Amino acid sequence: MSYIKGLFCKECGREYPAEALNVCDFCFGPLEVSYDYDAISKVISRERIAQGPRSLWRYQDLLPADAANAVDINAGFTPLIKANNLAKHLGLDELYIKNDSVNPSFSFKDRVVAIASTKAVEFGFDTLACASTGNLAGSVAAHAARAGMRAFVFIPADLERGKVVGAAIYGPTLIAVDGSYDDVNRLCSELSDNYNWAFVNINMRPYYAEGSKTLGYEVAEQLGWRAPDNCIVPGASGSLFTKIWKGLNEFSSMGLIDGVNTHMFLGQAQGCSPIVTAFDAHDFAIRPVKPNTIAKSLAIGNPADGYYALKVIEESKGSAYAVPEEDVVQGIKDLAEMEGIFTEPAGGVVIATLKHLARTGQIKPGETTVAFITGNGYKTQEVVEDVAKPILIKPTFAAFEAAVSVRP
Amino acid sequence: MAKRRARFTFPTGLITQPVIFDLGRNFQLVTNIRRADVREDMGWVILELDGEEEEIEKGLEWVVSMGVRVDPVSGDVVEG
Repeated sequence: MSYIKGLFCKECGREYPAEALNVCDFCFGPLEVSYDYDAISKVISRERIAQGPRSLWRYQDLLPADAANAVDINAGFTPLIKANNLAKHLGLDELYIKNDSVNPSFSFKDRVVAIASTKAVEFGFDTLACASTGNLAGSVAAHAARAGMRAFVFIPADLERGKVVGAAIYGPTLIAVDGSYDDVNRLCSELSDNYNWAFVNINMRPYYAEGSKTLGYEVAEQLGWRAPDNCIVPGASGSLFTKIWKGLNEFSSMGLIDGVNTHMFLGQAQGCSPIVTAFDAHDFAIRPVKPNTIAKSLAIGNPADGYYALKVIEESKGSAYAVPEEDVVQGIKDLAEMEGIFTEPAGGVVIATLKHLARTGQIKPGETTVAFITGNGYKTQEVVEDVAKPILIKPTFAAFEAAVSVRP
Repeated sequence: MAKRRARFTFPTGLITQPVIFDLGRNFQLVTNIRRADVREDMGWVILELDGEEEEIEKGLEWVVSMGVRVDPVSGDVVEG
C-alpha cells in the first residue's frame, strides 16, 4: 500500500488531495507529494526492503503509488559498479558508477514513468502522454504498452530517425510537431489543459518526479546502508538532482541510514546550462536559455526545478559545473574505455564533471563518490561515430600479420 | 472566454517598462499576477491571462515582440 497523504504547494504550502494536478491554483507554484511518515516509520526496515522485489518497487512504502497495481517493466535496482580504473586515472580511491542506462528502456526515465503510469491507472486514465526528444518517449510508450493504455507521444518533426524508432516500436501514436522546441512546449501545455490524459510530466508530475528518489535509495542500500560523500548528477529540469537528495534524506529520517553528509554536484553542458549560470552568479533566479548542446537529453532551457536544485547545492555544500561541449564526447569515451560502459552525452557530462571536480580538489581521494549514468550510448551513436575506424584486411593470415603487430 | 497561465521573463532593458499594464490596455485581457521576482537586471512574473483565445494569442505575440520571454508556468515539458 501507499502512504501518500496528498499534495502540497512547494511555494505557499497549500494542501491538495492526491489528484492529477501539478500547479497550485493560488500561486501557480509546483506541487509535491506528502506522506504519512509516522505510519511509514512503523513498518519500514532494511529487512523489509531487502525482501522486496529486485526493482524500484522494493521501496513501495516511500512511493506515492500502490505496488499491488504496478505498471511494472522491472525498472530500477540497476548495478552500482566500483570504477577502479577511472578512480585510478583520477587519483580517487572509492568511485562508483550508478549505471542506470541498463533500465528496461535504457534510461532512468523508467523510474519516473513507472510511478506516473501506475498512478495514472489508479486515477482511471486510459491514455498516457508526453513530449520528448528521446528517452522519455521510449519509456512512456513501453509502459503504456505494458499497461494496455493508449499512448500519445509528441516529438519535434526534425527528430533523428533512430530516436523515433526507439519509441515507435512500442506502438504509441507518434505526433511529429512541425515547429520549434518552444512550440512543442506550448502545444503540450495547452493539450494537457484540454484533454483528459495523463501527461506524465505535466499533470502527473508530482508523482512522476518521486520515481527519481529511488536512485538515492538504491545507492544507499548498495553501499551497505550509507550515503555517499559525493553525488555527481546530470542537470536537465533539476528534478532528478533534488530527488536523489530527497531520497537520501528520507532514508536518514526513517533511520535506515545514518546522517546524510553528501555533497551534491550538478553537471550541465555549456550549450544549455541555466542552473550552472545561476550558481556561478551566486543567484537563485534562473534565466531561461535556448538550448544548443549535443547533450540533447539535458536540453531544458527553462528548468522547472532549477531553483530547487540550487537550494540543494547550497544545503549540501556542493557545486555546479558547465562542461565545455568538446569535453562531453571525451567523457563518453573515458567511461567506455576505462569501465566498459557506453553512455549517452548526459553521461559524458557527468564524467567530465567528475574529472573537473577531482582535478580541482572538490572531491577528495578518501571519499566515497557516486557518478550517476542515466542513459545508454546505443541511442546516440552519432555523437561518437568517429571511433569506428576498423582495420580493413584481406581474409588471409599474412594480411592480418601485416596489418596488426600483436606478437610479443 | 479562456484562461492561460504563463511565466514572463524580462530582460534588463524591460525591467522598468509597464509591459503588463500595456498588455491589459492594448488587448481585451485581464492580467492577474500570482508570483513575481523583479530585480535590477532581470525579472519574472507568473500570471494568468483571462480573455478570448484569439486575444490571448495576439497579446502573447505582442509581449514576445517586445522582447519578453514567455513560457508555460510548469517550465519546459519537452524532456530528453
